[in-house]
Amino acid sequence: MLDKLVNRLGTNFVRITVLFLVLVGIILFFSSQIDNYLNARLFNRISISVAIIALIAVGQAMVVLTRNIDLSLGSIVGCVAYFLGGILAAHPGIPPLLVPVIAMLIGACFGAINGYLVAYLKLPAIIVTLATLAIFRSVLVESSDGTSITTASLPEWLIEFARQNAFVIGDFRVRWIVVIALLVALIAHIYLTRFRAGRQFFAVGSNPDAAEFAGINVRRIVMQAFLVSGALAGLAGFIYLARFGNITVVAGLGLELKSVGAVVVGGVNIFGGSGSIIGVLLGATLIDLLDTSLVRWALVSEFWRDAVLGMLILLAVAMDTFMSRKLLMRRNKMSDAELDRSTATTAVQSTRLVADNQAKTP
Amino acid sequence: MNSNNFSARILAHIMSWEGFLFTVLAVLIVVNASASPFFLTVSNQINLFQLSIEKVIVALVMTLVIINGEIDLSVASIMGLAACAFGFLFQSGVPAGGAVVLALLLGGVCGAFNAFWIAWVGIPSLVVTLATLIGFRGFARVLVEDRGITDFPEWFDTLGQQAILGPIPLSMLIFFVLIVVCYIVLQRSTFGRKLYFIGSNRDVAEYSGVDVRRIKGLVFVASGFISALAGVLFAARVGAVRGDVALGFELDIITIVLLGGVSIFGGSGSMTGTVLSILIVLNLRNGMALSNFTGHLQTGALGILLILSVMVPNIREAVARLWKSFRATPT
Repeated sequence: MLDKLVNRLGTNFVRITVLFLVLVGIILFFSSQIDNYLNARLFNRISISVAIIALIAVGQAMVVLTRNIDLSLGSIVGCVAYFLGGILAAHPGIPPLLVPVIAMLIGACFGAINGYLVAYLKLPAIIVTLATLAIFRSVLVESSDGTSITTASLPEWLIEFARQNAFVIGDFRVRWIVVIALLVALIAHIYLTRFRAGRQFFAVGSNPDAAEFAGINVRRIVMQAFLVSGALAGLAGFIYLARFGNITVVAGLGLELKSVGAVVVGGVNIFGGSGSIIGVLLGATLIDLLDTSLVRWALVSEFWRDAVLGMLILLAVAMDTFMSRKLLMRRNKMSDAELDRSTATTAVQSTRLVADNQAKTP
Repeated sequence: MNSNNFSARILAHIMSWEGFLFTVLAVLIVVNASASPFFLTVSNQINLFQLSIEKVIVALVMTLVIINGEIDLSVASIMGLAACAFGFLFQSGVPAGGAVVLALLLGGVCGAFNAFWIAWVGIPSLVVTLATLIGFRGFARVLVEDRGITDFPEWFDTLGQQAILGPIPLSMLIFFVLIVVCYIVLQRSTFGRKLYFIGSNRDVAEYSGVDVRRIKGLVFVASGFISALAGVLFAARVGAVRGDVALGFELDIITIVLLGGVSIFGGSGSMTGTVLSILIVLNLRNGMALSNFTGHLQTGALGILLILSVMVPNIREAVARLWKSFRATPT
């Protein structure tokens, strides 16, 4: 019964619907627990913080789609916010429209380092970005010399920008920041679903060997993914700077884990090849909603946030594994016992395939 | 014996990764010893170990995990959780001795939790331990919130540091015993051979009758238990427990193991390599500290070292290719 439904509607649609229902469920749950929860202020508050995490999560999704991971994003956001603040303090006359471009360029430079090491030197992304997570952060700490960026040193328009509404509907205020994030997500969605170059991301992620044989330049796609995720982290850094004004060396700490969380909860397969930007947006919203709501929930201390986040990621991946197993079972029409063994091995085989691939290709 | 053959074997030894590590270590020690007259004193050498003893203890078990073809990113969070659980229990009136035992058990449970998802459900260890890296740290923060817990009994504050065998303190003794145990398990037992087997080809191992789940499970439980032990030792050495105990240690630990020549894809590496790499990293840190480099710069340097260590196969291949083309050109 359920299988037939899944078959007709497609797994992606079902996944997003489930995610949406979970989101609604969480909102209903908290509105029964917290007074004055469900109102326009909730939207206003959540939408701003989701904007930053959504930008990073979209970049992370591009990387994860190609069967890689970028753990250095938090450090990139911190670096860009800090360095951009320094540049603006020294040259307050830079035209406002140029500033986000500079931010994205700085971010893309960091992304290029990751991309070069992963795509061209064939090093495992998890190791490279674990290392650059530390390296970028130590670059920031060393070059800051213990000083921090303050709101007073930034040009007036930047702080104003973070507070400006694009449009207002009743009590719902939609800031420019939110509009930018949604625009970026929309562009990424269209690019990934409607463009030949975008579809290549899925091809590379679901089977790098087949993609290579099909004439896709795998290296270029992987490099592109890291460049985009770096540039989007740069844009997020710009918004971070505008929103908070005061930037210390710990800015953006831990954002990489949240972005991985948003991507995985949003239904992107951690081994690449499947997922959608809409899912990622829902995942980012879900994580941020839990984050902000747990702080206001009287019954449980706010310190539960990370514990809940970790378990949520695990649950999402377990559900994903379960669903793809079902899919495989239906396709191959195998007995349960057979399936149990083969799915366990396919997961390993696919990882090993990447591993062999990275080891063999000169 | 053919002299040409003999020199080739010597060359092969030097060219091996362990040989290379040994050379680097020797150079480091000579440089450090000539820079400071106190470097080679017994107290400095013990001090050098004591400052990172918890990390190097975990690195030994991490070697087994990575050779097995998996990774455990949650070790630092388990260290933190065990330390926080100890502090929490102690504060709620459990005697310190009992709290230590419970904290160690909790570490084993955390490892079993990882093992369940990885070995039985079949989710990749990278994802599982990334989630528990966040989750276990979250539970640690739930236990102690933003407090710091101190005022432990005196025997606990000196736990691990009091010299019990000549000048050697307990934590170092644990480390040495663990080296021997891990060496025997990995290189002298069937369990160790199975670890390599699973790491190099899981499917073939499974079809050859190796109980892959049980072995993977055991390795993760061991990793959780030893991490908890390291976390408690850390709490004892620092004399206080906070939510961010051992935060970010996984980077150092994984760097040490990979630098020791263990392949990130599993199936190859050795205990000797890890021990040599531990000595190199400790000496490097000590040397950098003596030259007034800050902790953050040291972390950055470790990051670069990590990237270089995974580039080793590439470098080795390039050197081999150069060597071949050099040999091929007629002189």
